[in-house]
Amino acid sequence: MTRIRWALLWLILVVAIMGGVMVGTIRLAPADVVDGLLGVGHPTTVAVVRTLRLPRVLLAALVGAGLAAAGAALQGATRNRLAEPYLLGVSGGAAVGAVLAAALHLSRVIVPLAGFGGALAAVALTLIVARAAGGRGDARTILMAGVVVGAFANAVIMVALANSAANEVRGALWWMMGSASDASWDQVCILSGFVAVGVGALLALGRSIDVLALGDDAAAGLGVDVARASLAVYVCGALLAAGTVSAAGLVGFIGLLVPHLVRLAGARTHRTIIGAAALGGASLVVLADLIARTALPPAELPLGAVTALIGVPFFFALLRRLS
Amino acid sequence: MITYRDVGVRYASRDRAALQGVSFEATRGRITAVVGPNGSGKSTLVRALLGSVHLETGRIEIDGTHIASLARREIASRVAAVTQREDVVFPLKVREYVQLGRYPRLGLWRSVSAADVAAVRRALDLTGADAFLDRALSQLSGGEWQRVRLARALAQGGDAIVLDEPTTFLDVGHEMHLFELLGRLASEGHAVLLVSHQLNLVARFAAHMVLLHHGRIEAAGTPDDVMQAGVLERVYEWPLVITRDPAVGAPTLVPLRARPRGDRTV
Repeated sequence: MTRIRWALLWLILVVAIMGGVMVGTIRLAPADVVDGLLGVGHPTTVAVVRTLRLPRVLLAALVGAGLAAAGAALQGATRNRLAEPYLLGVSGGAAVGAVLAAALHLSRVIVPLAGFGGALAAVALTLIVARAAGGRGDARTILMAGVVVGAFANAVIMVALANSAANEVRGALWWMMGSASDASWDQVCILSGFVAVGVGALLALGRSIDVLALGDDAAAGLGVDVARASLAVYVCGALLAAGTVSAAGLVGFIGLLVPHLVRLAGARTHRTIIGAAALGGASLVVLADLIARTALPPAELPLGAVTALIGVPFFFALLRRLS
Repeated sequence: MITYRDVGVRYASRDRAALQGVSFEATRGRITAVVGPNGSGKSTLVRALLGSVHLETGRIEIDGTHIASLARREIASRVAAVTQREDVVFPLKVREYVQLGRYPRLGLWRSVSAADVAAVRRALDLTGADAFLDRALSQLSGGEWQRVRLARALAQGGDAIVLDEPTTFLDVGHEMHLFELLGRLASEGHAVLLVSHQLNLVARFAAHMVLLHHGRIEAAGTPDDVMQAGVLERVYEWPLVITRDPAVGAPTLVPLRARPRGDRTV
């Protein structure tokens, strides 16, 4: 990655955020956005910028950064091109927590917290299942255990939804399809904490991930404690997935797709891949959320559906290129 | 330099011990070769040194220090390993890959110093891998890949190298190239511990041979001590003769054709 490419990634992110704040039911000029940010413009403009659009755009950016960085690290540490944070069972766990909280009529504040608790529980369960299967730090065993835990979580959700009223089902489904529409500054603050810690730790682990990517024996030969280093990556991945899922539901394909795009752009060592994926993922989710808001007005599309609609053809092209 | 003392390893899934009472030393200045049939415990010997398997009995020492009392990165900066398997899922460039050999010394935080650059350069020079510095690992031939892996191991900067069947899939020319390089490293003072199926080449290059069978040492000593037809026939369960190579004078194994009805007399 050259300096120009880094600069380009930052520029794309700034433009995406700017665009995300400008475009919507009420269109704003760049000057309006600046005025709104400074709080000197028309009260409506200030309200639109400060309380509606900016938190939503920033939440989308943080979701994208967290998922893409987690995907980049997990793909490297597991030597699996298809690894992504949701494969650890974390999405299923988060959904179980959130759906159960909604089914029990707990307050709107509790629902994401329950989702977060569910996500962490799922990761713990995945690691316990992997250990019981004899996998310890083995990447493939942990991914398989994640798939099993995810399938179990799905079954629990279906049982819970079968016993719910129609309006609750709709709410739960909306959340499972991913959406940044409930964004608030509180959520932005909480998620930025998660992303700062998670992405920061993964960047720090970058050199270990380079070595883990060579395989367990080779990594051991270079002095890496494979089980401990892998566990550190999984915990960071889980933290990021749990934080993002609690904030915006299930937003698929970002963790899978963005690391591949970044590698195509010339990133090879993991500090670079993770950093660039975080920037690229942030831009991509901001743009996807922009499309979700504006493509079919007045309806709003689920964010997860938009990322999948963009992601699937992209990923198909990548598969062709890789094979 | 690398000393195995009464090493025993048992895998939970199997009844028989993978290694039992294995003792020998790989000293500086010579190639020490471990040979034996498939499943005789050769790779377990390497994995035990890397700390990937738990020792049931005995200990492994590096210059007299028990490896259990050394940090993993400390071990890796003294003994480099070229393991049998290595994945290239996300291909680095050759220079980036060889640079990973400095990981035991750099860790997560230390930045690359002049000494690191010099070590990488020396490793690339020795192996001739500097000819394809900017190529991706996925674009290397089998011979080039083994040279690059050896360069990465040399970049680790220790004076011991352990190789687990490094010449599998290599043609004669590349195989000889690698053996000559290992011979040169040994003569320059490295301890080279080589696990190999190539008995005849090992007999020419190694100063000390260890023959493993069912996890125990069946024979050990100079190539002449170990390359005995009776012992090798029993261990490999195949009729063979040992001759002396007319060109180079080393003991050479010649496997015979199977006789009908299990008649194995030579």
